[in-house]
Amino acid sequence: MRHLLSAGDLDVDSACLILDTAAQLASVTDRTVKKFPTLRGRTVVNLFFEDSTRTRISFEIAAKRLSADVINFAAKGSSVSKGESLKDTALTLEAVGADAVVIRHGSSGAPHRLATAGWIQGSVINAGDGTHEHPTQALLDAFTIRHHLRDGTGDLAGVRVAIVGDILHSRVARSNVLLLRTLGAYVTVVAPPTLLPYGVSQWPCAVSYDLDEVLPHVDAVMMLRVQSERMHAAYFPSVNEYSRRYGLDVRRMGLLPPHAIVLHPGPMNRGMEISADVADGERAVMVEQVANGVSIRMAVLYLLLGGMADDGKKEI
Amino acid sequence: MDSARSVVLDAGDIGRAIRRIAHEVVERNKGAADLVLLGIPTRGVFLARRIAAAIESIEGDAVAVGAIDVTLYRDDLRLRPARALEPTAIPTGGIDDKVVVLIDDVLFSGRTVRSALDALNDIGRPRAVQLAALVDRGHRELPIRADYVGKNLPTALAEQVRVRLIEFDDFDEVTIDGGAR
Repeated sequence: MRHLLSAGDLDVDSACLILDTAAQLASVTDRTVKKFPTLRGRTVVNLFFEDSTRTRISFEIAAKRLSADVINFAAKGSSVSKGESLKDTALTLEAVGADAVVIRHGSSGAPHRLATAGWIQGSVINAGDGTHEHPTQALLDAFTIRHHLRDGTGDLAGVRVAIVGDILHSRVARSNVLLLRTLGAYVTVVAPPTLLPYGVSQWPCAVSYDLDEVLPHVDAVMMLRVQSERMHAAYFPSVNEYSRRYGLDVRRMGLLPPHAIVLHPGPMNRGMEISADVADGERAVMVEQVANGVSIRMAVLYLLLGGMADDGKKEI
Repeated sequence: MDSARSVVLDAGDIGRAIRRIAHEVVERNKGAADLVLLGIPTRGVFLARRIAAAIESIEGDAVAVGAIDVTLYRDDLRLRPARALEPTAIPTGGIDDKVVVLIDDVLFSGRTVRSALDALNDIGRPRAVQLAALVDRGHRELPIRADYVGKNLPTALAEQVRVRLIEFDDFDEVTIDGGAR
């Protein structure tokens, strides 16, 4: 594995290897020295063309805990705001010797372009591209679900997961559907018809418009944020109506089986897709998701950069 | 000339070596208080548990035993594809001011032990660190030696020493494979 571009590229074994590696790396959190020397002298560039708090900080901490040097590159305040192309930015990063580029971009496919165009030699990690994919988010969600429902080992065979909300604009949903299915889970996406993407019937999941009907039959429910910034049309009549039909509130929590957990990739719109009571409840695992995100990203960086370069050449 | 393989320790020999190492550890440290046995995965962990059990039968008190994975501290990571990590389990009570005995199956170049020393450094500050190995096959590349050795085994570089333990391989045995003997 040289790049991580899509959750769909992972098979069961490689996905489980990442989850198992993350589980071992999670133990570093309890230590006084929260650092491994493994990636000493390697450079990781965080190339963020879109705003992000969680993901960028998470990748930065992960790289630093493995002793890599981290350069944060935000589009705002860089030459990109002066009109520099992705290619020229990439060539600049290559010239200064980036071993890995973590890229978030508003256009779907930008990480793929970066990885395959031959502009850079290093590994490319997709940290969210447009409405396409966000594989490390799917991995940390799978890790969190596995921790709660499968004692932290093996795959997710037989686990039932509902993904609820703005599927149309969600890269998290797509990556999760692909990864969870690979791990053996059964996924149902729940949304109003206007917020489902074209071709969702081809996805390896079930589709429902009725949240109340789905909730009693799932082990985990993942609420997605309604991405108003990507909406240029009216997808539903009002926030109130959306919230009444697709929001997770205390009444709907009562429909879930007692062992079920609630996930949200953040940032949350409290009062819209999730009520404050639920978000602060003990079955909500959002804070854990953030902590697990660091372990997952450490695992990905270690597996991509920690060993021999993938072209077979020995590097010393 | 037998170039295939020969058994150097059988199950009985391994058991006796472990009991002797346990006695030596207790003798040298004047008891088992403050001892922490840390095995290096994979087979070092099982050896550590066996030595701990042997010490317990001598001294009567349970000995702290755990595992320390050194993969992230190795100096040869870039020579091979990334490897899976093994569990690290530090006993509650930590290693600060304790006498840590590192336990591995085969002592060879010494590079694994160096990695383990670095790993220990990030976990705490032991009062002393000692080293036990079931087999010392020589060919050190670093200034490291074992305090407790099950068997000193002169080998050629081309030969392969394999330790099999019942917890992992279904039977106890140490063999030398390959090379001309």
